[in-house]
Amino acid sequence: MFAIETENLRKEFGARVAVKGLTLQVEQGEVFGFLGPNGAGKTTFIKMMLGLVRPTSGQGRMLGAPVGSVATRGKAGFLPEHFRFHDWLTASEFLTLHGQLYGLPETELKRRRAELLERVGLEPFRDQQLRTFSKGMLQRIGLAQALLNHPSLVFLDEPTSGLDPVGRRLVRDVIHELRREGATVFLNSHLLSEVEITCDRVAFIKQGEVLRTSSLQALVEGETSVTLRAGGLTTELITGLGRFGNDVRADGDHVTLTVVDETALPAIARYLVAGGVELYALTPQRTSLEDLFIQVVGTDGGL
Amino acid sequence: MRILVIAKLTFREAARRKIALTAFILGLGFLLLYNLAFYFVRTQPYGLPSAALAHNEVINLLLMAGLYAANFMAGVMAVLVSADSLAGEIGSGAIHTVVTKPIRRSEVVLGKWLGFAGLMALYVLLLGGGLVISVALQAGYTPTNLAAGAGLIYLETVLVMSVTLAFSSRLSTLATGAAVFGMYGIAFLGGWVEQIGALLQNQTAVDIGVSASLLMPSEALWRRAAFEMTSPLLRSLGTFNPFGSGVSVPSPLMVYYAILFALAALALAMRVFARRDL
Repeated sequence: MFAIETENLRKEFGARVAVKGLTLQVEQGEVFGFLGPNGAGKTTFIKMMLGLVRPTSGQGRMLGAPVGSVATRGKAGFLPEHFRFHDWLTASEFLTLHGQLYGLPETELKRRRAELLERVGLEPFRDQQLRTFSKGMLQRIGLAQALLNHPSLVFLDEPTSGLDPVGRRLVRDVIHELRREGATVFLNSHLLSEVEITCDRVAFIKQGEVLRTSSLQALVEGETSVTLRAGGLTTELITGLGRFGNDVRADGDHVTLTVVDETALPAIARYLVAGGVELYALTPQRTSLEDLFIQVVGTDGGL
Repeated sequence: MRILVIAKLTFREAARRKIALTAFILGLGFLLLYNLAFYFVRTQPYGLPSAALAHNEVINLLLMAGLYAANFMAGVMAVLVSADSLAGEIGSGAIHTVVTKPIRRSEVVLGKWLGFAGLMALYVLLLGGGLVISVALQAGYTPTNLAAGAGLIYLETVLVMSVTLAFSSRLSTLATGAAVFGMYGIAFLGGWVEQIGALLQNQTAVDIGVSASLLMPSEALWRRAAFEMTSPLLRSLGTFNPFGSGVSVPSPLMVYYAILFALAALALAMRVFARRDL
């Protein structure tokens, strides 16, 4: 059973297509990063999983049950974007409310509430109303709320955007703890450094479509950007480089391309020399996730 | 019971956001003003008619005037407390953490409805009960069929609140307010058209008025309540009381219709909210 499994999931809002036939599988116990520019459909996808938004077509299952199933939501946790809550409640009352909505028994609720207030560092503020909280504190209480039920699947929608480093660190630590406990984490983000540190696998999404899914290991280690400097390059030769990798770009004597792994390097050298080229430099460079993001998603930001 | 969790939350919100306290203090102000006015009318130089029947007629008119105002205030309060409930939480996004819990959306609506129904019961009890007790203490008069009258006034506030929730499940807070006040106004005007039509014995005007009540039976419930609380003997005097039941009295059928109307509005709120994207 997958934690999340969708097939051709699609959502239209009037004439606008927010999610365009999305097919995705997320294993149980993995930390999955959903990467894409703003407006790519990341939030809509999470909303469909949790039954906030009804898919226009396609199918989706969460923890084995069709999306929107009431009982299955009891096994999930959700930290929404923007952290907007009932701000006239105190931190403690807020957790009590959500614990009751999860249907936790009284004693379990009390224990969990105390544990989580402590965990997110809000114990001293337990009796303060949320309206007095800073954005960072709201994020912390929101995170606590999402963990009340010991969830087996947690959705975090842009959990760190606009937060200070301490808040980001907390989110990262909590994600690591969840992974240790065997929970699945689904992380929406455009903060690549966060994803690079926390995720096992990522999907790149743009305009409601998954462009690529890959393990982070393979992405960061496998993808290599190659820069070469050579004299006597012809257009045909440059085009021919396409068979060794992709994203070939030429600028005078300099050419860059991306290859799947380093074994392509000797082949490129042989190809160029055979083509009568004076090869001065052939330099591999590890691709950062950010480069990869730009490559996959493009520089237009999905607009 | 998750419905009760939401109902309790609704109560707590009213308390926390000082809605309950403000309404309570102004409600006391209302009662104070009424008591003063009642006292000075009662003890005016010429006094009230001494004959028991005429005396009671005047007292009943004064009580109906007060209850008419209280009924109006309760209706407005029902709109004000509930208009922002769904619409506001949808707008802010606060609803997201609630409806992603293992609770049905219809349960969220039902919980809110129960909470507001409880709050409105307290409000009607404060204003209406306060007025009836004031008059009983000052003049020793209690209206007939008090329970039926109070029940009908309460039914009106629940009706208005249910209609508000239905709009609030789809529209913004302000649009909800505009829609419900619009319907409330139509019902109010319709009530008068019906009365004037009945006075002039113009059946068309009466029919227009009744149709307006079918669109929104709130005003009709008040007139039925006033009818119940005025004894047949007083009614037989035939004096026109602008705050009373009037000449054309809504039938019990209209009361059943109003109950169905309120339940239908609640069902609509549950259905619309359950199906919409959030």
